[in-house]
Amino acid sequence: MDSLNTYLFIASILFSLGLFGVITRRNGVAVLMGIELILNAANLNFLAFAKFGGMNISGHIFALFVIIMAAAEAAVALAIIINIYNNFKTINVDDVQELRQ
Amino acid sequence: MDTSILSWIIWIPVIGMAAIALIPREKVKTIKMVTAVATGIQFLATLGLWSRFEESNGGFQFMERAEWIPSFNITYILGVDGLSLPMVILTGLLFFLGTFVSWNINRAQKGYFALYLLLNTGVMGVFLSLDFFLFYVFWEVMLLPMYFLIGMWGGPQREYAAIKFFLYTLFGSVLMLIAILALYFTCGRTFDMLQLMQTAPTALDGVMFWGMSAIKVIWVMLFIGFAIKVPVFPFHTWLPLAHVEAPTAISVILAGILLKLGVYGILRINYTMLPVAVWWFAGALALLGLINVIWGAMCALAQKDLKKLVAYSSVNHMGYLLIGMAAVIAAGEANGHNLLAAQAGLGGAVFQMFNHGTISAMLFILVGVIYERAHHRDIEGFGGLATSMPIYSGIVAVAFFAGLGLPGLSGFVSEAMCFIGAFPVFKAIVIASTLGILLNAAYFLWAFQRMFMGEMNEKYKELPEINKMELFTVIPLLVITVFFGIYPRPFLDLISSTMNVIIDTVANMGGIAGVF
Amino acid sequence: MTGNMIMNYSLLILFLPLAAFLIQIFIGKRLPRQGDWVAIGAVVTTLILAIAMFTSMLIGHEPHFAQEASFTWLDMGAFHIELGFLVDNITITMLLVVALISTMTHIFSIKYLEGDIRYSRYYAYLGLFTFSMNGIVLANNLISMYMFWELVGVSSYLLIGHWFEKESAADAAKKAFLTNRVGDIGFFIGIMLIFSTLGTFVFSEIFNGIAAGKMGGSILTFAGVGLFLGAMGKSSQFPLHIWLPDAMEGPTPVSALMHAATMVAAGVYLCVRLFPLFTPDALLVIAYVGGFTALFAATIAITQNDIKKVLAYSTVSQLGYMILAVGSGAYIAGFFHLVTHAMFKACLFYGSGSVIHAMHHALHKKHDHDTDPQDMQNMGGFKDKMPITYWAMLISTLAISGVPLFSGFLSKDAILAGTLSFASHHPGHFLLPVFGFGAAAITAFYMFRLIFMTFHGKSKMAELVDDIHESPKEMTFPLILLSSLSIFIFYTLPYFNPFSDHGWFMELIVASDAAVPGNPSAHHIAEGIHHAHYTAMALSLVVAALGIFLSWTFYFKKKLSADEWAEKFKPMYNLSSNKYFFDENYNKFLYKPFLKLSALVAHIDWDLYDKYFINGFGRVGKIISFFTGRMDYDGLDQTIVDGIGRSARQAGGVLKFLQTGRLQTYMLFALLGVVVIVLIQSF
Repeated sequence: MDSLNTYLFIASILFSLGLFGVITRRNGVAVLMGIELILNAANLNFLAFAKFGGMNISGHIFALFVIIMAAAEAAVALAIIINIYNNFKTINVDDVQELRQ
Repeated sequence: MDTSILSWIIWIPVIGMAAIALIPREKVKTIKMVTAVATGIQFLATLGLWSRFEESNGGFQFMERAEWIPSFNITYILGVDGLSLPMVILTGLLFFLGTFVSWNINRAQKGYFALYLLLNTGVMGVFLSLDFFLFYVFWEVMLLPMYFLIGMWGGPQREYAAIKFFLYTLFGSVLMLIAILALYFTCGRTFDMLQLMQTAPTALDGVMFWGMSAIKVIWVMLFIGFAIKVPVFPFHTWLPLAHVEAPTAISVILAGILLKLGVYGILRINYTMLPVAVWWFAGALALLGLINVIWGAMCALAQKDLKKLVAYSSVNHMGYLLIGMAAVIAAGEANGHNLLAAQAGLGGAVFQMFNHGTISAMLFILVGVIYERAHHRDIEGFGGLATSMPIYSGIVAVAFFAGLGLPGLSGFVSEAMCFIGAFPVFKAIVIASTLGILLNAAYFLWAFQRMFMGEMNEKYKELPEINKMELFTVIPLLVITVFFGIYPRPFLDLISSTMNVIIDTVANMGGIAGVF
Repeated sequence: MTGNMIMNYSLLILFLPLAAFLIQIFIGKRLPRQGDWVAIGAVVTTLILAIAMFTSMLIGHEPHFAQEASFTWLDMGAFHIELGFLVDNITITMLLVVALISTMTHIFSIKYLEGDIRYSRYYAYLGLFTFSMNGIVLANNLISMYMFWELVGVSSYLLIGHWFEKESAADAAKKAFLTNRVGDIGFFIGIMLIFSTLGTFVFSEIFNGIAAGKMGGSILTFAGVGLFLGAMGKSSQFPLHIWLPDAMEGPTPVSALMHAATMVAAGVYLCVRLFPLFTPDALLVIAYVGGFTALFAATIAITQNDIKKVLAYSTVSQLGYMILAVGSGAYIAGFFHLVTHAMFKACLFYGSGSVIHAMHHALHKKHDHDTDPQDMQNMGGFKDKMPITYWAMLISTLAISGVPLFSGFLSKDAILAGTLSFASHHPGHFLLPVFGFGAAAITAFYMFRLIFMTFHGKSKMAELVDDIHESPKEMTFPLILLSSLSIFIFYTLPYFNPFSDHGWFMELIVASDAAVPGNPSAHHIAEGIHHAHYTAMALSLVVAALGIFLSWTFYFKKKLSADEWAEKFKPMYNLSSNKYFFDENYNKFLYKPFLKLSALVAHIDWDLYDKYFINGFGRVGKIISFFTGRMDYDGLDQTIVDGIGRSARQAGGVLKFLQTGRLQTYMLFALLGVVVIVLIQSF
């Protein structure tokens, strides 16, 4: 179980779970959690490619970047959600459809 | 001679216009002064041009040439010869005097004087440009300010008059544009008039448009375009209306210069580029002249409005000119090389162009003077003005006598030359049109009698005499009229070399005339 | 005096009055006495110069003296006009006549127009007239002749219209100018015919050209008749005579100067100058027009009661005489009559002016503003009150009636001899002497009628006579001078035979031969006149005596009543006193219809042609654009252009449901898209 495929397989499951969460969850925080899953799936892939695919140190650095990005993104997204809550008194994303015609 | 004096003459008014654009609208006096200075400098420049002009040279002088739109062979060519020089000087003079005639314009002065200067550029450009495209551009540049000047500062029916003038002239312009393009495509894709003069007669020989000789078609299209400006019967009815409605200074410019543009166009383009067709059309030209003379005179005789009377007198006077122009074919082989008659006729026509410019300008200024005081122009509504305004009446009398062709005043010389020139070729037409001599006198004297003689109209007893500013605008014209009436030689010396070139061009086509 | 000096003198004579005119018109009013002394000084100087030239002519005694000078007026190469001046004996004589009468008029006017509102203008115009008349006299070519000709017309216009507040004066001025213009059309056509054939305007070159056979036949006849038309207008010949009687609206001294002595004689002068170019046919036309006018105008003069009108018609008649002389070949006799007539007719006009002046003052004193001071019926018995005027007018009347010892007898006799001689060579034209003698008889009759009615008998308004006084010396001086110049001796010197016109005039002013080949030579014509001389003299004495006798019986002795005779010949009397209804008929058949036609033309031009035809284009354009507008809006814009929009909108209406605003839906679509791409890829 130390081949690339194993890592990729686990990462894809993680990605699918994340995607599923993003699409199906009504709660904004839950959607965010889904996005975190997707990002971590990507991190896993980077690390796997670093070890087996020849990306070497670049993979690790990218993973580190993604983690930092995820932190920042989570901060911004949570701020948005708090704003949405302040404006709409809900964090249910279905109720926020101002873009709809 | 390497100089850019012609460009300066054309563009000085635009500089003035730009200056006016920067002046706030309340500073009316400054605006007027700028206009006066711009037109004044331009006038002085035209006089300078005259002093350096070589009379013995019949070709173009002070030529300027610059690339403009090379891909279409469009160039910026300017030049002046004995045909355009008198008109350039007249334009300079009349625009300068016109500024002072416009002194009492009492609203939207900024726009008025800006447009006035633009008009000036357009007119000068037409007289000086030797590239057909440039010519056409200036021709249209002149049209637009005229539309606004009549339409915004005119009399009660000004909008109607302006749109009529505009559409009428535009109709002519369109025909002219087609003709220009036809020449462009058939004669080696050039707009250069000097080249076209060389190439057009041969390039068009035998070319047919819709089964008709191309020369004839192009000639007639150009002729109609220009005839509307002259105006030649039956294209004349815009004239009285536009004159009646236009403000005085614009009437002066209209009668003094714009009408001449038509004649200038015919002589510059029809005569020198398509001389063969002159032979074909000369008879009709003389006949149109006769109709203009008689029709214009009879209409003038029946007018009640003084300005309309003067307007119809323009139609009448242009008739003499057309007859004189037709006389150019006398120099051809078919007419026994009667160079004398051709010179008299063509010289008379060009002289008449100039004289009518000064005389009709004077008449319109004088009409404006009385209108300003009495606020109407009804001939029957006056009477006995000679008692209350003796100086004004005296000047009007001289102007009227000039209009009726009294010897000793310039109009006589040119009219007599037109007649004398045309007589050997068009005997019947000339004899019939001498009736115009009588009718001319009849309508002017009758109007004079009704306005100035007889019992004084009590209503106008206190009418102020003509003032210094008005005198300043009339006197130069009066002096010119008297001077050339007594001694026309300087003027004819100025034009005769160029006249001989045009006569040569037309006369040498006498042999080809057989093809029609 | 050398030729050059004569030329310089002539130019001075020409331009001095012009200078006076310019000074008067610009600063005349501001000068002391309104500047009349400027004008008078100028003409007196011309008179002195003219007398100097004249004496030198008499002393030099060269019948064929001629001096020409010219300058280039315009030059275009082939077309080239030289204007110039010609001085010969005819010119010198004529210059003297003009200068003399003009000077007299200037002097006479000092008192006659005293206090006039346009006193300085009046003198200015007199100066303009004198200048232009001298110009005609000096011209050596047709163009400058024509130019001065028209200028004379203008000065006549201005002076007839001097009192333009009167509608009748304004009308008369206009009429004079326009009637003259009718003649001028002919003149100009004549000039053009000659110029287009011979290429020159200069008299001598024209004559040479014709003599060389370059021009002849009917063209030359037409040209001659055309030029003569100009003369007809100026010299008021039938049927263009209508303006001259009306021209009497001008001040009387003007009538004397222009409308009696000089300006109207310009037509005759033209014919005299151009005599060599007239063909026999043209001369016949001239003779008949002149002869008929002489008789015709005389018959009108009989019945006129306005003193100036009588003189006006008399002038027309006498001008007809001169024209008749030219037509019958005796043109030197015509010129002779021009000179003598200038003196006695001017004198008669001054006399009438003097009488009118006196009447005017007398009426003024009575505060009578309705009575016409010119009506002879109100006059009578002025003889003792105005002796100088009476004697001057009587002498002039004797002269015009052709009584021996006076100048008119000599000149009239020469003309009648000319017509007789002509008729004896061409018996078919017997009417010409009949015209001449008939007019002579009638002239004697009506002129004495004028004298008797004005100066003899009793006035209808007897109370007036007491207030009639002789005019001041400024007015009587010209009368005395001119009436003395009507005595034969001034024309026959150095001889003293009152029955023969032989004298300096006939010796110095000699006829030149006709240029037209085949016309009788000057010698031949002179012979004929010489032969007819005694017959003509006898006949003219008889007719003059007859006229005077009849007049004496009617108006002096009153043996026969003029009124009764008028009643007897009522229709003829009416025709005559109404001037054969010329004005009325011209009005009815020429002016009014023409004005109506002009109004119609203007109406067609403005209200029909422009309004319907030209504006019709606008209207048709409007209708067409209405339809194209409809097509454009309803068809193109509303259906096609807007149709595209509408269909887009409908499609949008359907598709908008896809836009839920839920990110998750969009993401689902994106996922579906990925799935689809993956599926496509994998196949």
